[in-house]
Amino acid sequence: MSANIAELERRRAAARMGGGQNRIDAQHAKGKLTARERLDVLLDEGSFEEYDQFVEHDAVDFGMADQKFYGDGVVTGSGTINGRLVYVFSQDFTVFGGSLSKRHAEKICKVMDMALRNGAPVIGLNDSGGARIQEGVASLGGYAEVFQRNVLASGVVPQISLIMGPCAGGAVYSPAMTDFIFMVKDSSYMFVTGPDVVKTVTNEVVTQEELGGAVTHTTKTSVADLAFENDIETLLQTRRFFDYLPLSNREGVPERPTDDAWDRVEESLDTLIPDNANQPYDMHEVITKVLDEGDFFEVQPAHAGNILCGFGRVEGRTVGIVANQPMVLAGVLDINSSKKAARFVRFCDAFDIPILTFVDVPGFLPGTGQEHNGIIKHGAKLLFAYAEATVPKITVITRKAYGGAYDVMASKHLRGDLNYAWPTAEIAVMGAKGAVEIIFRQDRDDPEKIAEKTKEYEDRFANPFVAASRGYIDEVIYPRNTRRRIAQGLRKLRGKALENPWKKHDNIPL
Amino acid sequence: MTMFKKILIANRGEIACRVIKTARRMGIATVAVYSDADARAPFVQMADEAVHIGPAPAAESYLLADKIIAACKQTGAEAVHPGYGFLSERASFVEALDDAGIAFIGPPASAIAAMGDKIESKKLAEQAGVNVVPGSGGAIADTAEALEWANRIGYPVMMKASAGGGGKGMRLAWNDQDVKDGFEATQREGLNSFGDERVFIEKFIEDPRHIEIQVLGDKHGNLIYLNERECSIQRRHQKVVEEAPSPFVSPEMRRKMGEQSIALARAVDYHSAGTVELIVSGADKTGDSFFFLEMNTRLQVEHPVTEAITGVDLVEQMIRIAAGERLEMTQDDVKIDGWAIENRVYAEDPYRGFLPSIGRLVHYDPPVEPWASDAETYDGRGVHVDGGGIRIDDGVREGGEVSMFYDPMIAKLVTWGETRDAAADLQVQALDAFRIKGLGHNVDFLSAIMQHPRFRSGNLTTGFIAEEYSEGFAGAAASDHLLRNLAAIAGVIATADEDRAGRIDQALADRATPTGDWTVRLGGRDYAIVMEEDAITVDGVEIPIMMEYTPGDRMIEVEVGDDSLTLQLAPTRTGYRMTTRGAAHEARVLPTRIAALAEHMIEKVPLDLSRLLICPMPGLLVKLHVEEGETVQSGQPLATVEAMKMENILRAEKEGVIASIKAGEGDSLAVDEIILELE
Repeated sequence: MSANIAELERRRAAARMGGGQNRIDAQHAKGKLTARERLDVLLDEGSFEEYDQFVEHDAVDFGMADQKFYGDGVVTGSGTINGRLVYVFSQDFTVFGGSLSKRHAEKICKVMDMALRNGAPVIGLNDSGGARIQEGVASLGGYAEVFQRNVLASGVVPQISLIMGPCAGGAVYSPAMTDFIFMVKDSSYMFVTGPDVVKTVTNEVVTQEELGGAVTHTTKTSVADLAFENDIETLLQTRRFFDYLPLSNREGVPERPTDDAWDRVEESLDTLIPDNANQPYDMHEVITKVLDEGDFFEVQPAHAGNILCGFGRVEGRTVGIVANQPMVLAGVLDINSSKKAARFVRFCDAFDIPILTFVDVPGFLPGTGQEHNGIIKHGAKLLFAYAEATVPKITVITRKAYGGAYDVMASKHLRGDLNYAWPTAEIAVMGAKGAVEIIFRQDRDDPEKIAEKTKEYEDRFANPFVAASRGYIDEVIYPRNTRRRIAQGLRKLRGKALENPWKKHDNIPL
Repeated sequence: MTMFKKILIANRGEIACRVIKTARRMGIATVAVYSDADARAPFVQMADEAVHIGPAPAAESYLLADKIIAACKQTGAEAVHPGYGFLSERASFVEALDDAGIAFIGPPASAIAAMGDKIESKKLAEQAGVNVVPGSGGAIADTAEALEWANRIGYPVMMKASAGGGGKGMRLAWNDQDVKDGFEATQREGLNSFGDERVFIEKFIEDPRHIEIQVLGDKHGNLIYLNERECSIQRRHQKVVEEAPSPFVSPEMRRKMGEQSIALARAVDYHSAGTVELIVSGADKTGDSFFFLEMNTRLQVEHPVTEAITGVDLVEQMIRIAAGERLEMTQDDVKIDGWAIENRVYAEDPYRGFLPSIGRLVHYDPPVEPWASDAETYDGRGVHVDGGGIRIDDGVREGGEVSMFYDPMIAKLVTWGETRDAAADLQVQALDAFRIKGLGHNVDFLSAIMQHPRFRSGNLTTGFIAEEYSEGFAGAAASDHLLRNLAAIAGVIATADEDRAGRIDQALADRATPTGDWTVRLGGRDYAIVMEEDAITVDGVEIPIMMEYTPGDRMIEVEVGDDSLTLQLAPTRTGYRMTTRGAAHEARVLPTRIAALAEHMIEKVPLDLSRLLICPMPGLLVKLHVEEGETVQSGQPLATVEAMKMENILRAEKEGVIASIKAGEGDSLAVDEIILELE
């Protein structure tokens, strides 16, 4: 071996050691993998190509000139997941606690620029104590450079953030602007100000886990989409998740072979809707029986359970699913469910992922809690998202589609491409009881008359045929044939061409 | 007398389906009756006509004789088959049918009445020469009289307070000394606990077994017995496993039991199918210790095992007898051909203390198609021609509902084999291939029983389940051999899934061959799986596997060496759940290079479930009965969860203090969601 190759090998070996064996051991003792080990699990074996391995910081204050590590606390590069290109950065907690220096930020910016230029997703593995305080404002500038790229990449290439350690202060805003955030339970947290500051300012006593742990963010705040048990599970599930995503907004959805017949009949769906209109049923059953192989990757399953969002495949091609869930709050639309679904619909639209919508919605949730917190504006987000979406949109109304919520849920009027209804569908301004109490207000003390009128209203409107007679429903279908109808529909819509008027950007009610 | 043209089945579920199918083969039209809850049930669709008879509760529908008779008149049904349960053993119903000129496909009202009374039936049995449990009958005055009785009956004996129950006021005596020591104490206990000091003495049946004789008689005085069935495997007096013949019964014992049963049937002018239930002491190997319990004057749930070993269609016989036909067979024609076992697949969850589990059958796929009476799919003994001896009797289908209103039985799985072991082996195989999702069921538990060495030995008692599963059920034990095979199978599946994942389009370069190097963690240990061109090794030892697997398959059949294994597969986040042989096995399947890294993961301590109140089913928390800091006693109500419009009260399993409450009234809870924590 020539001397210069030996030197390269020596330096590479040094770089691979990150912050040294002691710190690696400490990382392992916390149940965490190192930055490089994580990439080994995330990427196809041997596919990782590292960039900027020898980058070092240029700080000199506070003795930093003497403390240098190859890579400067972040491992960046590209690799493949099941053969498809992805750009990655993985913060190395063993080097300065993964803190972000100017050079560290520049490395991240470089892979993001490459991803944007070349049309491939970015996955960021976050494990950082925060800004490199010794560098002061240079570190802050670094954050902002990353933020700017997050924004430019948004809607161009998918961005996924894995929170695998601390992520606090300004650092949270990079993941916050990516498309999906996955967190590791017990070893990761995200907050703008930590428990100590919280205590000083507000006198609240709270643990890191309660303030910004994986459970908090996947249930209460919806900042994160999914929580996993440990690093391995997080990384393997990210691989699975990645397979649903297009590489960029130019590529279209990936296709993966399946043996699941496109025209599979599911007779049991014919009996899914209970006889009693107030009895819930699990919308997951429709979704899993319609999708390929029953495989549904749900996002935000623990937040706003009254609406279900996630990815699946039909004939091997990715679709996004939005569905009201009668099991939770009767599937009503409220602030949280509207926000959750709106963001999901916009992601699908941005990346050309067809949207399947399953509707069983009794309306919007009433109450001061909702009104005073702005259900008008938040509900409008979902309406806006569906209305602006130009991707193929197929809607199946399984049961209730009442009032304004009917309009919102990818109705024909919002340029739904194929709007189907099961025979159990009820498309009406409201439920029969409520309607009759308004129309026949003068008879409200006459229960017999009310009952009679309720029956009359039900007979008239509690079915899909009034809407079908107006063309608001393209076809009333057998539930058992839902998969076949959807598969056929998606084939026909592959050539769909629809553009919104030119604009700089829209003004969605944020 | 001519055969009926149309009959009505005054029942529901599997037994209604079963009767309809035989009637159809005989060219008889069928009428179903149904409640609101059964409007979509298969038996309603299967019948030629169906009449709605009321709301879901049986007391307002299936138990209303008037409605049934009206339905007969409306449809012109000439006869009623009552199935089992509901009106099947109501003499008044039979009389009402008589008055309306409708035939009853069952025994005469007088026989039903006579056998319906516990005391009366025992007297009749005794008079007819049937063994009854020897005892003093009436109360005993003092210890001296007790000793006299005890010696007359023969030890061991049980001294029982007349008013006793629940184990109280009962004393076992093995000898005179025990009687001397215990008799007065039993009297006192009776007096103190129940205010009644009367005590009687009865023979104590050691190692009790439940064995019953199937009788069949026509209206012309011909009576035969169709061998016995053993139903000792019970849980809380509910039969779980039945078989025919019984491993305990010798030909001599069979003849004695059969002849006594016939004598009893003759004494009450019995016709149609009936069952004489006997309690048998397994301790007395002579087989002479069998005693009358009661006679069931109807078709039994477990009748298919008798059909399987005799080739007699009992429902057909019942219909012919009701129509006045003579039995075509004699006692000499009744043979025992092979062995049959029936398992009752119940909607109850053995992993959760056998909690009833109602709800929707999201997936329901039995190992063979349900029993049919046409010779093309089911042969003369009633087993599927392609199933190797399997019979399924069910009344549900995928997408159907197991409702709270009726019996929670989902299906009866019957297997037939040349030998008892063959029938039990086939049960294990068929249970593995029985796919039920959406509610809790006892398939794993049944499989565990079928594999249990004590079951295989035939050494059964009615205490089998209580004794063998005293700590509850946590899945059948798996052998090292099975685990190793499962590890290998997991490797094959993971390789195929990985291969398919690599066939996604938009790839950068030619796809890499999937890894063939897996580490499977199963049952607490790691197996190294290496997939080579045409061999699979586990820890260096080659495992001969033949299997077909396509990604997405949920049921897989595998040949491993000489074993054939059916398993149900569900992907998990880091591997697969493989359910087979009576247990679900969680396999973590990682490429070996990743498994090495997984060593750093910290094993998370599972929650101490005994401290938690966990929501057993998805539902609405309608009421919290306790507050934080409150001390609760075992059995005290903690919360009420409404599911499927039924309120379920969740109670404290042990004494404790409520540490924290995690859910609020009005919350929709998912299954396994934590409601509160105890300190």
